[in-house]
Amino acid sequence: MGKVAIIGVGQSSFVRSYPGSIRELAFDGFKESMQDAQITTENIDASIICSAPEYDKQRSPAGVFAEYLGLNPHPTFYVESLCSSSSMGLRLAYSLIKSGLHDVIAVIGFQKMSEISSSESQERMGRGADIQWESPFGTMMPAYYAMYARAHMEKYGTTLDDLALIRVKAATYGQLNEKAVYRKPVTFEMFTDPESRLAGPVASPLRVGDCCANADGSSCVIVASEEKAKDLCKKPVWILGLGAATTSVNLPGRDLFTGLTAAQQAADQAYKMAGISPKDIDVAEVHDCFTIAEMMAYENLGFAKPGEGKDLIKSKETYKEGSIPVNVDGGLLSKGHPIGATGGSQIRTIVLQLRDEAGDIQVKNPEIGLVHNIGGVGLYGNVSILGR
Amino acid sequence: MGKKKEVDDRFKKFGTVSFTSITKTNDFIDFLEGGKVMGTRCKDCGLVFFPPRADCYQCLASNVEWFEVSGKGKLLTYSELKFAPVGFQDDVPYCIALLDYGKYKIFGRIAKDVPENEIEVGMEMKTVVNKTSNEQLNYVFQKV
Ligand SMILES: [Zn+2]
Repeated sequence: MGKVAIIGVGQSSFVRSYPGSIRELAFDGFKESMQDAQITTENIDASIICSAPEYDKQRSPAGVFAEYLGLNPHPTFYVESLCSSSSMGLRLAYSLIKSGLHDVIAVIGFQKMSEISSSESQERMGRGADIQWESPFGTMMPAYYAMYARAHMEKYGTTLDDLALIRVKAATYGQLNEKAVYRKPVTFEMFTDPESRLAGPVASPLRVGDCCANADGSSCVIVASEEKAKDLCKKPVWILGLGAATTSVNLPGRDLFTGLTAAQQAADQAYKMAGISPKDIDVAEVHDCFTIAEMMAYENLGFAKPGEGKDLIKSKETYKEGSIPVNVDGGLLSKGHPIGATGGSQIRTIVLQLRDEAGDIQVKNPEIGLVHNIGGVGLYGNVSILGR
Repeated sequence: MGKKKEVDDRFKKFGTVSFTSITKTNDFIDFLEGGKVMGTRCKDCGLVFFPPRADCYQCLASNVEWFEVSGKGKLLTYSELKFAPVGFQDDVPYCIALLDYGKYKIFGRIAKDVPENEIEVGMEMKTVVNKTSNEQLNYVFQKV
């Protein structure tokens, strides 16, 4: 069997409140990916639609999108693993193409979170954990990640100042990303200024500035067989390695609270499949839904030893000019986090980097890139390694 | 016409807002009413479950017995929420936490009367039954 490539990427602008319906939102990301790939719907023989349920009212969005995007009568289906849904979509597209069932697949991620209020959204996300035994205590994502932050700080001496540095880096690049929700500058001092909104508490020890914002958005990744890729595309980006893992949905079923085991395991699988090690990664997109999540990602992906993630950000090694640039598109912290669209947006950034088309945020001559995309509180871990 | 079918929905009493009403572990609620926090143990292989489960994935059997959570656990981590999901706004601020009992861990809330500045990771705490402000049942962690 031949290789599998990404031949087109696109995303909508990520915005607080999209002035349209979900099918129209999906159209934006799809259109950009089709124009990027310079293909027509004739070339696509299946689609995979990715999101987390219960933000909008549509049941079975796949059928609706297939019609709106002109993808009938080809098969389509829905895939969900919370915030890593579109990375899971990429994994499924890879296997459908490898199997020979399909040749060119559109992986479309979307989320329109603005249809419900912020506290309703917290409740929805909280219900992505254990609804029988944990949600009745009033859980939400920031508080779960805050528990990991607390454990990391206790064990390794990581500080809130270290976490603030991650947000400062995110904003450095978020200002350059015209598709990001949050484009204002963020300084280290803003975290100690009681007047600053970013310093406000959310779930101790995490502050507003440690958390990404909800957003509406869509993304699309066009995946193709080697034969089709060579036929249709001048600069295919190859899928070199894929990893996926899970862990206990409830915290009592876990043993590690200073890192995400599903991310570690997914990374190990992806490195092994690609036949590379962490030092071979030239540019990475990690799932920074919270500052602590990026810190743990450094360690879980092997960019730093456990507990030494803080040294990486303090020495600016994860900036664009550093030894391992991470989230130079601003990350979720700047772009916002439209759950189902996020993975596709991360993949888009790495594909553009590997094609040397990333503009202001272009890392120098990258050969291999990595996408780390997490669903829930480390419940689902997906790592994808791409190369040119 | 026949009588209305009895539905055993005791679990809707669990927590400020319960999202589950029917479960094979409904007896957990009766135990709470009796002042006990209980987990389950597989009678075939001895696996201990908290939160309690009706089924053992190791034996593929449903032969479990209840045991009482007793003694002290160590506080692994916690977070105080200053902002709550819908349905919990009246409780703010409150602390969610994880206690390690060695053979099992318990996720829950820290008792309201424990001020945040007295909470330390590693401290010993016990799990006690609690009535919520809206007359529901849960359990909380108290200092020992
Ligand atoms: Zn058993």
